[in-house]
Amino acid sequence: MPKIPTPPIPAPLKAPPPRPQESNGAVRPVDHAANAGTAVVDWVDERTSLSGAARWMMFRKVPKGTNWFYTLGSATMFAFLNQAVTGVFLAMYYRPDASGGAYESIRYVTDDVFLGQFVRGMHKWGSTVMVVLVFLHMGRTFFFGAYKYPRELNWVIGVVLLILTMVMSFTGYLLPFDQRAFWATQVGVNINGTGPLVGPYLSDFLRGGSEIGATTLSRFYAIHMLLVPGLIAALIGAHLYLVAKLGTTAPPWSKAEKDPELRESEA
Amino acid sequence: MPPLASKHDKHASKYTLDRNIPGAFEGETVTRRHFMTGSAHAAGAVAALSFTLPALGFAIGPIFKSKPHVWETVGPTDMFPDNNYIPTVITLTPGIGEAGKGLVYVRQKNPAIDTDPYDKNTPYIAITSRCAHLGCPVRWVPAAERFICPCHGGVYDLLGRRVAGPPPRPLDRFYTRVVHVDGTPMVQIGSRFSVNSELRRFSPRDPGEPIDGLGQYAYPSRPSIRR
Repeated sequence: MPKIPTPPIPAPLKAPPPRPQESNGAVRPVDHAANAGTAVVDWVDERTSLSGAARWMMFRKVPKGTNWFYTLGSATMFAFLNQAVTGVFLAMYYRPDASGGAYESIRYVTDDVFLGQFVRGMHKWGSTVMVVLVFLHMGRTFFFGAYKYPRELNWVIGVVLLILTMVMSFTGYLLPFDQRAFWATQVGVNINGTGPLVGPYLSDFLRGGSEIGATTLSRFYAIHMLLVPGLIAALIGAHLYLVAKLGTTAPPWSKAEKDPELRESEA
Repeated sequence: MPPLASKHDKHASKYTLDRNIPGAFEGETVTRRHFMTGSAHAAGAVAALSFTLPALGFAIGPIFKSKPHVWETVGPTDMFPDNNYIPTVITLTPGIGEAGKGLVYVRQKNPAIDTDPYDKNTPYIAITSRCAHLGCPVRWVPAAERFICPCHGGVYDLLGRRVAGPPPRPLDRFYTRVVHVDGTPMVQIGSRFSVNSELRRFSPRDPGEPIDGLGQYAYPSRPSIRR
């Protein structure tokens, strides 16, 4: 069994050296306990071979010149995870009830629940942060030319993720069902309706009828908490797979390494 | 042995002998492997469609569900003058309390003002507060004799016709009628209808949708709300 390295423990706390009669090479229970973590990981890995995938994903070579701009994608993902976690816990209190229950449940979260205002604030401001990060990430990709061959498909997935993020922002805006939510959704749905031919039907689909009502709220809630988050999570997975598969690009200002033979001949 | 006929071969023979399928019975023109692959794909497609089609129909069903026509009493006839609008509240969406209510501006019809030839049988003019631009609530300013929208600066005249700003058509109206309740004549408000710039009636359109000229075809009437 492989032994994990000993952590730097101060001398007084160190275990005493083994007594002569015990140091006969036998593996004691304490050794088993010390290696329990490794043993569990080994047990899982023997049955799944996941460690190869984890190594492939996490220990990648990155080009020289990789800098802080390359962390914007991860930042966006953590903004999404923040939205997912706070959203799940907000759903424990929220009621999609257009006749006053939705507004009341949000008021209850904000005013009465322990840390409710904080968790709701994380979700509310986090949504803005996520949109800002998405655009910064997109700008980094554009200005570094990281959308070019062979990464076009990842750009396309990213644009779909941008649209889905906008759908999340739009549907989430209605959920508090206060004056701002109602009128903003009224305007938003009517903007969708200005598309010729399909627009009027799209508006009816979004509202679940000809006027904003109970159907609109429950429909937006289902889209906001079930449909789109699942799609975003799946597409983030595809996005990350392609990043690991294709590797990241060098910044546009970094010069290509000269061929060693050419360098020698020039010298 | 000659190669098996490909399934993509448009000129594959319909005779078993020409297909060169090993161990084929007389009459067989499809290999069993090919048949089983097709059957599995078809079964998968049927299974997937059996839940996606109903779910899709369920989601888009409201597009085709029509709204019932209802008449709502807003007050006695002497409440409404013929030169100024009185704001009244009606229920646009029943069952959701305050959120389903909307403001309607009502006045008695005045032959000197309402000279348009299209609106013959509405005794009272009921104008919606829903801006024809993107649906914000307009307010009636009596001193200026204008409807003014707070969101994007739409301005309408006494008849609800656009004077300034982005709205593509006049304010929507509602059908009205007078019924006698216990001997008192009462004004009732019915269904919504849209009007074009000449105040001609159309099926209700959503805000932002012009109905002059080609607009009436580009933004068709929907089954969910008809006049």
